[in-house]
Formats: sequence, C-alpha cells, structure tokens
Amino acid sequence: MTWSELSDLLLVGLQETAWMVGVSTVLTAIGGLLLGVLLVLTAPGGLLAAPVVSSVLGFVVNVARSLPFIILLVAVIPFTRAVVGTTIGTDAAIVPLTIGAIPFFARIVEAALREVPPDVVAAATAMGATRTQIVGKVLLREARPGLVAGLTITVIALVGYSAMAGVVGGGGLGDLAIRYGYQRFETEVMVATVVVLVVFVQLIQMAGDVLVRRLSHK
Amino acid sequence: MIEIKGLRKTYGAKGRRDPQVVAVDGVDLSVGEGDVFGVLGRSGAGKSTLLRCVNMLERPDAGTVSVGGVELTTLNGRRLRAARHGIGMIHQHFALLSSRTVAGNVAFALEVTGVPRAERRTRVAELLDLVGLSERAGAYPGQLSGGQKQRVGIARALAARPKVLLSDEATSALDPETTDSILRLLLDLNRRLGLTILLITHEMTVVKRICRSAAVMRDGRFVESGAVTDLLHRPESELARDLFPLDPFAELPGQTVVDVSVSGEDADIPLLTEVARTLDVDVRVLSGSVETLAAGRAGRWRLAVPGDGAAVIHHLRSRGAVVAVAEASS
Repeated sequence: MTWSELSDLLLVGLQETAWMVGVSTVLTAIGGLLLGVLLVLTAPGGLLAAPVVSSVLGFVVNVARSLPFIILLVAVIPFTRAVVGTTIGTDAAIVPLTIGAIPFFARIVEAALREVPPDVVAAATAMGATRTQIVGKVLLREARPGLVAGLTITVIALVGYSAMAGVVGGGGLGDLAIRYGYQRFETEVMVATVVVLVVFVQLIQMAGDVLVRRLSHK
Repeated sequence: MIEIKGLRKTYGAKGRRDPQVVAVDGVDLSVGEGDVFGVLGRSGAGKSTLLRCVNMLERPDAGTVSVGGVELTTLNGRRLRAARHGIGMIHQHFALLSSRTVAGNVAFALEVTGVPRAERRTRVAELLDLVGLSERAGAYPGQLSGGQKQRVGIARALAARPKVLLSDEATSALDPETTDSILRLLLDLNRRLGLTILLITHEMTVVKRICRSAAVMRDGRFVESGAVTDLLHRPESELARDLFPLDPFAELPGQTVVDVSVSGEDADIPLLTEVARTLDVDVRVLSGSVETLAAGRAGRWRLAVPGDGAAVIHHLRSRGAVVAVAEASS
C-alpha cells in the first residue's frame, strides 16, 4: 500500500470517526444534561424530590450502563431503523453511540452538580430564586468546569465506542484498524491508525483542559 | 419585626430505627424593629435550624413565624419568594457563586428579585460602596480574603433592600480582626438603614459587640432571653456568667460576699469608692469588670464586705445596682 492510499484511507476514517463522535457528542450533551439534572432534582432532598421517579431513572441508567457497548449496538437496531431509516452506516452508528453515552454522561453531570455546595443553593433559595433560576444560574453555571471535564471524558469514551461501529458498517478509524490492520495483516495501517487516534484523543483532552481552566475561578 | 411562637422542628425517624432528633423544641422569639438579637449556643443546640426556619429554608413542624407582619409558615411558591426578598441572609462559609465576579454575585441577587438590567449596574455600585468593596468589583471570590467574601455576602443580602438580616455564624470562619470589622459593618448598617438583625453565633464576642438582645439556646430551647442589660442583672444568667465571669471563692469568716451588677449610666458612677467613703467600710473586689457592650456600659463584680453587708447592699441598691448574696463554693 502506498502512502497516498494509506493517507486517503486514514482521512476517510478520521472524517467518519469525527462525524460519529461529533454528532453523538452534541446529542449526548443535551440528553445527558437533562437526565443528569433530573437525577439531581428528583433525588431525596432535591428541589423536585420524587422518590419513585428518582429510583426509576436511576434503574434505567444503571441498566443502560451495564450493557456492553457491542451488545447495545445490536440490541437497538430496531430503534435505529425507526429513527434514521437504516441500520447500517455512519448515521446508524450514531444512534447506539448516543444511547450508550447519555447514561454515562448523565452520571457525570449528576456528580458534578452534587459538587455545588448546598450552602450556595440554600443562599439562592433564601434570596427568593425560582427553581429554574437555581438550576440555570446556580447549579449548571457553578458546575461548568466539572461538566466540561466530564464531557471531555465522554467524548473520549465515544471515540473508543466508535471503534466498534464497524459492526454496523459505521466505518471510522477503529473499523479501519480492524479490517486492514488485523484481518489483512497490514501492520502499517494498524500503526498509522493508532497514531492518528492517539493524536485525536490528545487534542480533545487538551481542548477540554484549556476550557476547564478558563471556566474555573477557584 | 420577627415574631416566632411555639416553633418546633424535628428530623429523622421516618419509620426507621434512627431516633428522632428534636432540633428546635418550642421556641418563642420576638425581635423588635431595628434590634440586633443574638442567639448564643453551642453547635447542635438547634440555633441554625431555628434561623433557617425564619425564611422557611426549613419548614417548621409546628408553630408560627411572621416577619414584618407576614405569616410565612402558610406561604408557598411566588408569595414565599416575594417574602424572602424582604429577608436578607449571610452565611458562615459565605456561599458565593465562584463562577461570578464580586459584581456578578451582587447582580445575581438583583436578577433574582427582578431588578431590570439597566438599574442593576448602579445598584451593584451602590451596594459595593456600602460595604467598602468597590475596588474589587471585578475580582472572583477565589481571589478574596474571608472578610472581603463576607462583605460581598452582605452586599448581596442587602440587594433587595430587606428590612431583616439573618446571620448564620457570619464571623465564625474569620480571624478576630476581620470579625471585628464585619461586626462594625453590621452595626453600622443596623444604625444607618434601621436593619433588624437576627444572628446566631457561638462566640460571646459577637453578642458583646453588636447585640442589644440575646438568648441562650440549649437542646432546642431558650434557656434565657431578653435585653442583654436585663440578663446581666440575673444572678443565674449564663450570659452574665460568660460575659462577666466571677471567680469562685471560699467562705470568708466575718464577711459577706455579694455579686453586684450595674448597667447604663450607673456603670460609670464611682460606686465602689462612694460606698466605701459614705459607709466607712472596706470593700474588696474579688473579681469582676466593667465593659462597653453594644447594649451599653455594664459591669459586674464580686465583692467581699464586712459583717452581713446589709448597709452596703442597701446603699448599692439605692444607686441602681442589682445585688445578690453569693454562695461560697466548698
């Protein structure tokens, strides 16, 4: 394989990975934030304490988190067909990626929001703040560094999950490494893919760290 | 301004094995307009719960709480939030938003009360000026000292122009000098704005420096409560004992030991030399002192006087002092 063939393969793989990870990150951020906030609000002693809702949500999250991703990928195929109209390809891979990452990120959001001192929430309550103001202006805002750090972890986990997307024809760098590097014994493709993945993950982590540093004023 | 009747609050025991904890056990409290009322007690005495019941951060199990004539225990939602705007609160650990600047923290209180954006800027400047922190408007709480953080807390608490300020151990995390400057600020706000202050503390200094009325709380109840100067005159008062500790003494043959307390203008009469000169007796001070309290000048002494001391006691009482014969400790 020539360098130009290799770089073409890598470029396509990188694009597919970036697309899968990018879209599922956006969807996960939204879904995970909502779910995480709900987990905190409905918990006992929370602003919208609802023990039943809280334990149901917690149970669902735990079930989703205990499924190995490779199984989730296959298990949600009927749902994927309903949402994107097809069960194979990059777009089809985004559905299980998002479903897998939302509960993961939701737990991180939950932990980050719990780090906001109860004192600060009490102070806002004592000032006469509404629940919406407390969630938006106190909890989410104060937890921003933790949320961004958590999202960085989630994005990198998604990069890892996306390697399995080949199972449903999703392509991407992981798929490239498996098909060429492993199944065809083309070691240089394997090595090149790993190098690209390492750099990709490093960049994500660095971007996350810079943002966290800029957001925290402790 | 603040009227509390029969307040009770218990925790725990939701059908479980954990025993029920009675945090506040039937407290009556009345704080007049413009008063500075201190609730003194050790940790676990229930004073924090009591304070949090005043703005319904904790819902009392029984009893009534009214602030500025508004009964709060029955309020909910919008009307409770409106009532809370009239009650400022400051906290032991400041409870500032770490993600906002000093000005942003004060602005937050204004956003919550619905002050229009255009007015906020001038109001923030006014409030920061009030607490002497104008230069640090752009700093983040993480860059401030404890005293400065508490000043932000005070500015924020005053944003909605409340009539009442609740102080939850506001100086307990500060060193003595900073405590002093914060207490001076609170007293100044009390005088200038007519702010009614209800504070809880475990530090006697706080009561001494700014409280005109006080209560001692233990096991969820008030052991004593009233004007500081009145409490000083009660021989059994714990507040008096802590403010003016009198040393124990052994029986003195042929002498009587009396505890004498004076307050207000009476504290500055040269009472002891006067009584000695007038009655031609020797009066020995065993212990005691005179202090300047926020509630006024006050003093308390333990004196040894000859004989049964009847004449001395009579004379002291005629000059406004409160006198009680003290028991020797064996």
